[in-house]
Formats: sequence, C-alpha cells, structure tokens
Amino acid sequence: MRLHPLFMLVRKDLLMEWRQQHALFGVLLYAGATVFVVYIMNGQPAPKVWNALFWLVQLFVAVNAVAKSFLQEPPGRFRYYYTLAPPATFLAAKMIYSIVLLLLLSLVNLLLFTVLLGLPLEQTGLFVLVAALGSLSLSVVFTFLSAIAARAQQNAALMAILGFPLVTPVLMMLGNLALKAVSPVYQPGWWTLAGVLLLLDALVVALGIILFPFLWQE
Amino acid sequence: MRQSWWKALCVVLLAYTIIGGLLLPVPRLDIVNETIRNLYFHVPMWFGMILLFFISCVYAIRYLNSGDLKEDMYSSEFIHVGILYSIMGMLTGMEWAQYTWGAAWSNDPKQLGTALVMLIYLSFLVLRGGIRDEEKRARISAVYNVFAFALMIPLLWVLPRMVDSLHPGNGGNPGFGAYDLDNSMRLVFYPAVIGWFLLGLWITTLRIRIRLIRSREEEQDLPD
Repeated sequence: MRLHPLFMLVRKDLLMEWRQQHALFGVLLYAGATVFVVYIMNGQPAPKVWNALFWLVQLFVAVNAVAKSFLQEPPGRFRYYYTLAPPATFLAAKMIYSIVLLLLLSLVNLLLFTVLLGLPLEQTGLFVLVAALGSLSLSVVFTFLSAIAARAQQNAALMAILGFPLVTPVLMMLGNLALKAVSPVYQPGWWTLAGVLLLLDALVVALGIILFPFLWQE
Repeated sequence: MRQSWWKALCVVLLAYTIIGGLLLPVPRLDIVNETIRNLYFHVPMWFGMILLFFISCVYAIRYLNSGDLKEDMYSSEFIHVGILYSIMGMLTGMEWAQYTWGAAWSNDPKQLGTALVMLIYLSFLVLRGGIRDEEKRARISAVYNVFAFALMIPLLWVLPRMVDSLHPGNGGNPGFGAYDLDNSMRLVFYPAVIGWFLLGLWITTLRIRIRLIRSREEEQDLPD
C-alpha cells in the first residue's frame, strides 16, 4: 500500500527517532537536567514564577528538540528528499514531526515540574491545553528557522538568535493564557488572545509553505 | 535615476524641522512641557525605520522573483540604515524618558517592540555574515527577511495588549495622540516625518553607490 508522501515522511522521522533512541533520550535528559537546575536554584516558587519558569524551560527545550528536525539530516540527503516529495509537503511533514515531539516533551516537562517544583495549578486540564498550544506555536516557528539554519550550514545557536525575538511575544501570550489556569484571576479577552495565537500559527505555516521552496533550491 | 530635487527637499524640510521644531509655539501640557518637541525628532525615526524595513522586504521579494544580486544588495543596505534609525529612535526616546518618566527604561510595550525589532534585524546581519556563498546568502537572507517582516507586524500589534504603556496618549497620560495633536504641531510634524525619511533614503543610496563602486573595483583587480 502506498501512503501519501506526507504520512510516509512523518512516519520515517518518528521511526528514526524511535530507533536512534540516544537522540530522543538526549533531549529528555536535557529537559530533566534543565528542570533540575531550576529546582536547585529556586526551590519551589510562587505560582506566577512557576508559570514563568515553565515557559522559559519550554523555550530552551523547544530550541534543542526542534533543531533536530532539519539540522540532524546530512545536507546531501535533502537532494534525495527533493526527488520524493514537493517542498511544501516536506516542510509540513517536518512541522508535524516537531509538533509531536514537542507535545511529548511538554508533558514530560510538566511531569518533572510537578515532581520537583510542585503543582500550583487551579485548572490542570486547561494548563495542559495551553501547553499543547504552546508546543504547536513554538514547533512551527522553530521548524522553519531550523530549515534556515540548516541551509546556512550553521548550528542551533543561530536558530536561537533568529528565533528568540520572534517567539518572545508568543511566549508572553502563552504565559498570559496559562495564568488563567494558575491563579483564579479575572482575564477578559482570554478567547480572543487564544484565537490571535492560533491565527499567528496559521500565518507562520502559510509563510513557511510559501517561502520554503526558495530556501530549498540549490 | 540620479535626481537631486528630493535631496534639496530633504535639506529644506530638515532645516525647517530643526528651526521650526525648536522655535515654533507648542501646547503646554503637564509633565511633558517643552519636551514635546521631541516628537519632531523621535517619532519620525520610527516611521522611517518601518518604511526602510518595508522597502528592504520589497527588495527581498523582488530578489526571490528575479534572482538578481543587485536587489539583494539594495535590500541589505536598507536594513543597515533601518538599524541606524532604530538606534537613533531608541536613544532619543530613552533620553526623553529619563526626564519625563524618571527612567530611561521602563517596561513600555513600544520600547519592548523596538528592542525586539532591533534583535530581529541584528540577527539578520549575523545570519548574512555566516554565509560565504553570495547566491546562497542572498536567497537565505531574503527568505528570513520576508518571514521576519511579515511576523513582526502582528507581533508588534499584540505587544501593547500584553503590557501597559506609559507613552503619551496611552493609559490616560497627557500626550499628543492622534486626537490631540495640535494643529500648529502638525505643521512641523508631517514635514519632519517626510524629511527624516528622505534622509534615510539618501544615506541608503550613498551606501549603495559605494558598494557598486567597490564591486566594480574588485572586478577590475581580478586578473583576466
């Protein structure tokens, strides 16, 4: 049975992730070590600080996890992929793979935070939802930037400096959205904010799909 | 297209801005007082910066369409001057804020926005600096240019909704928002915006001409 190239590519990435377990465990360990450092430096913080620290750790984990999407592939292999699928499909496959990976990592991150830094949440379900939205937002931006960094033959550091200013407002929005789950504050316009964030993600995906073919050309 | 009328216009408008901006009457407002004249120097920097970055983005799109390296050079020079404008805007704003708000840096959304824009375009320079191959550098930086500019606009629009602003006209502060910009101030403000923008354009064209001369010299130096 021949599946759509999109599914094939996503499946290939996930399978590779599963088989080369050292890379996956490397990222998991990175998340664990980061949360541990935060715990050692700060102990169990107040709920608002907890929220800020959570998103900060998410940011660093996202940079390290999503960087793998393009940067782990040897440059020559892109020519082979080029013969398999159109560029838009290839980018979409990488984005889906990053989203899955970061969703998993944000759950792990939340678990580690619960164990080490406590769980000062009023609405845990809502927080998980916002964390999922955050994984989506961070994944799509950083996937595209990792494509840029890979084409420029640079490392994850370039991706971070290109990405941090772009995701800072996104993190501010996520932090504000999550605040509703952290403390029972009155937040007018919560749904508008969530909608704006989703629209922004759609814009990033659209821009990525328009611009990626140019990046791809040799 | 080497015409000089707009350069003359630029000089005239800026001379008028400096003389008129410092001498013409301005409304007396609490706290702000005479520092309101900073409007003629500080705010046009932002308009100029956004316009210069916009032109740069247009050249980036033109490069992606045509593959002409000249377009890429134009695009990158507009970014350099845009960054100069952002630094000037930041300095004039911070100096003003030091005396009006009591601190050069407060958590103001417009300051945060500018800081982000500066980081975005400085990282653009880092990205360009890291790539040796000319064609590749042009293409990758054009892609990032379009991506960053298109995202920057909604992000800057979102910021003020996240943090409160101290800027005049926001949050009940006395100021010169669109609704209370005095008519006598408009007489200086609009020419100032055009004048400073033309100056930015002029600096850019000079930089482009220097680049063109240099690349011509390099070609001559090459042994046949």
